[in-house]
This record gives sequence, C-alpha cells and structure tokens, in this order.
Amino acid sequence: MGLVKGVGFNSWRRVGPVLPALKVYNAREVDELILVDIVASQLGNNPDYDAVADLANECSVPLTIGGGVSNLTQITALLRAGADKVTINSASVAEPGFVQRAAEVFGSQCIVASIDARRDAAGRYVVFTHAGTRNTGLNAVDWACELASRGAGEILLTSIDRDGTMQGYDLELIERVVRVVDIPVIASGGAGTYDDLVRVVRDAGASAVAAASMFHFTEQTPAGAKAAMHVAGIPVRRNLVAV
Amino acid sequence: MRVAIVNYGMGNLGSVARAFNDLGSQAFIADRPSSLFGAHRVVLPGVGAFAEGMTRLREGGWADALARLRQEGRPMLGICLGMQILAEAGEEVYPCNGLGFITGRVRRLDTLGCKLRLPHVGWNEISYAQPGPLFKQIPTGSDFYFVHSYALTEFEPSELLATVDYGAPVAAAVRRGHVFGTQFHPEKSSKAGRQLLCNFLEYKTY
Repeated sequence: MGLVKGVGFNSWRRVGPVLPALKVYNAREVDELILVDIVASQLGNNPDYDAVADLANECSVPLTIGGGVSNLTQITALLRAGADKVTINSASVAEPGFVQRAAEVFGSQCIVASIDARRDAAGRYVVFTHAGTRNTGLNAVDWACELASRGAGEILLTSIDRDGTMQGYDLELIERVVRVVDIPVIASGGAGTYDDLVRVVRDAGASAVAAASMFHFTEQTPAGAKAAMHVAGIPVRRNLVAV
Repeated sequence: MRVAIVNYGMGNLGSVARAFNDLGSQAFIADRPSSLFGAHRVVLPGVGAFAEGMTRLREGGWADALARLRQEGRPMLGICLGMQILAEAGEEVYPCNGLGFITGRVRRLDTLGCKLRLPHVGWNEISYAQPGPLFKQIPTGSDFYFVHSYALTEFEPSELLATVDYGAPVAAAVRRGHVFGTQFHPEKSSKAGRQLLCNFLEYKTY
C-alpha cells in the first residue's frame, strides 16, 4: 500500500509508503487524518485491517478510513482495528440506505459521507464514484442534502477538477453544498496555499479543510497553516503544550 | 508501571493501551476483575451508552472490584463514557445508577441549555476550574478531542477540574480523591492528551 498523487483524479503516481507520512503528520499538529484506498471500490477489495491497525497505532489524533466500505461488517472491523470514523463514497450511491444503516448502528459521528464532484459544461456539479471513473449523473448539491438527511455525520466534499492542482479549492462547489446541509462540510481538492485554507472557511463556509499535495510537495506545514488561519480570525486548535 | 484497561466490552481499548505504552508504562487489557488488583493504575474507557455500560460493568463483576480498588486508594481514570459511569446516575438510554464515585447525574447536552448540534464532536478548548496534578504543564485553553451527546450535571464544584464550552459550560474533567474522569479522549488528543496521561501516571498518591 502506498500514497499516490494525481491531478484531477488522473495520472496517479506513487509518492511513498503510508506509515512514515502518517507519523510525520501525527507529529505535526494535524487535527485529524483521512486515509482512503482509492482502488478498493473498483477492485471490490476489503479494507486491509492489519495495515489499518498498524497505522492507528501511530495515530494520536482521530483517524478516518475509507475505500470500498460497503457493508456493516467492514465498518465493525475497521473500528476494531483502530479507525475512529469511516468514510463511504461509491457504496452510498449504489445503496443509498447504507449510509443510514451505518449511522444508526455506529452513530452519525462515525460516518463521513464522501462526495467527489466534477463541474460540467452547464456549471452543474456532478457526482462521480469509483475514484472518478463513473459518472452517476447525480447533482452533487442534491446528493449532499440526501446523505445529510440519511444520517451522515460529516460530508467530505472533493472537487475532482481541482484535486492535486494546488490551484485553490472550488469555492463555489463548497459554498453550494454548505448552504443546503447543516452538518460539517470538509473541503477537499485543490489546496495550494495557506490563503486557500482561509478562504474556503471564511468565504465558502467549510467547517474543516483537507489538504495533501500542499503538505507533501511544498514547504508549507500544518502548523503554518493553522497559524495563518488563526491570524485570519478562524478558530483553530493550537498546540500549547511544550513537546 | 502496570496500567489496567478495563475490558467490559465497550471502548477503544487498543488505542488507550497504545497511548499509555507510548509513555513507557505496561498497559494491559484486563479481561477479568481480578487482574485489576495487580495494576498501579486503572483506566475505564468507554464508547457507547450509559445504561449498557453499567449493565456490563455489573454483570462482569467490575463494579465491585472498582469499588474496592477505590477504597484502597488506587488511582483511576475514566474516559468519556468511562467518566460518565463514575457518576451517581445517568439517563441514557433509561435512568439508572452509576458507580457513584463522583457527584452528579449524566444528562443529554440539550437539557443543559446547549442548543448546538449533537453530538459534540471535535476539538474544543478547556478552561480550568482547578486543574490540579492531572493538568500539569497543560496551559488553560488547550484543545482536546470530544465526542459525546451526554454530560455530567449537578456536579460538586469542588470536584470540577475543567469545563468546555459547547453552547453552555460542560464538565470536561472531574476528580474526587484518586478518581479522575475526562469527558474528552486524551488518547486522541495529540500532545495535550499525551501530557495528561503522563500526568496520570506520575500522579503521587501521597
């Protein structure tokens, strides 16, 4: 299992093993970690529980695991392995009731509904599943509403177009969804600068910001990001404890 | 230092044990009440509902063992649901008695005047009432990770260590004698959490 980077969910290239990256993030003031197996749905794979256990062992902040999660047994096993939350993407479209059942059994706080969206020529945001390979035809904003009403605790909202580009989040996508749901929306896809993080919270209303390429491929750090957000007046967790 | 993590079928035992072991202690998962007596510290984890937690504690013989250990002055730490069941009573899912090691009743957050969305999930800052040894080297205003819909009410002010603001002040940490409770998850709270667990290990009973 290795970390990968793509651009617009394409041209994936290997970045390196997961564990060392996770350890660094854990030591560096991230608030939470999300790890998604992006080929699981396409291959029909079960999660690698042993790997999750190894990762959870190194994680002293909440850990969310996703990728091919499509039944309750997998969620039970993931939580037992050490995940704090799970994220569900493709399976929610295949079976809309699944998110609801999962929320009922494990609690909404455990279930993050993940939506990957592309903007079409008409300016609509369309939901894609299976790592961007299947066009569902669903309107992302309506779909977010649906998942929220089914008990999802949070929405992880990713702009496929912006992902890996470091050109900034798709503020309009984020804002449109934030407006229609009252659960937290985690903005994902496109973060390139500290200012991007500030903007998506302050201007588009995201409750949380997810970033990857920016931290892997530039000199910017989670601590730097939080300092910048703090200066911009956004409440963030600051570590006050001496190491 | 041996740290017993009570396994009553509810709770993230693995991550609690791992967090203690990272600090150099020998944490073990206690599957039987008798194994608690060989430990220097006892930890009561917990994720889930009050009523089920208490049922399991009683049926598993844990309640009696914990009461004896408390009388002997063994330091104990209850985490999340583990803190809640230290109280006198709770209302989730139906009213029932707790262990009674800490004053108070556990009620849903909205009955406390909290109008915000439940559960209370995420990082939030604590404010000290009287921090004491558990919060050494942890400045007031430090963030910890919370995930709960119920909280301790009608607590005894002298037992309150810290509060967190979630629409209304909520008991975040309590103590009576050698028994401590945190509503937040120190094992999921990065450096601040680590410092707190370290303080619990180093807590002097004399």
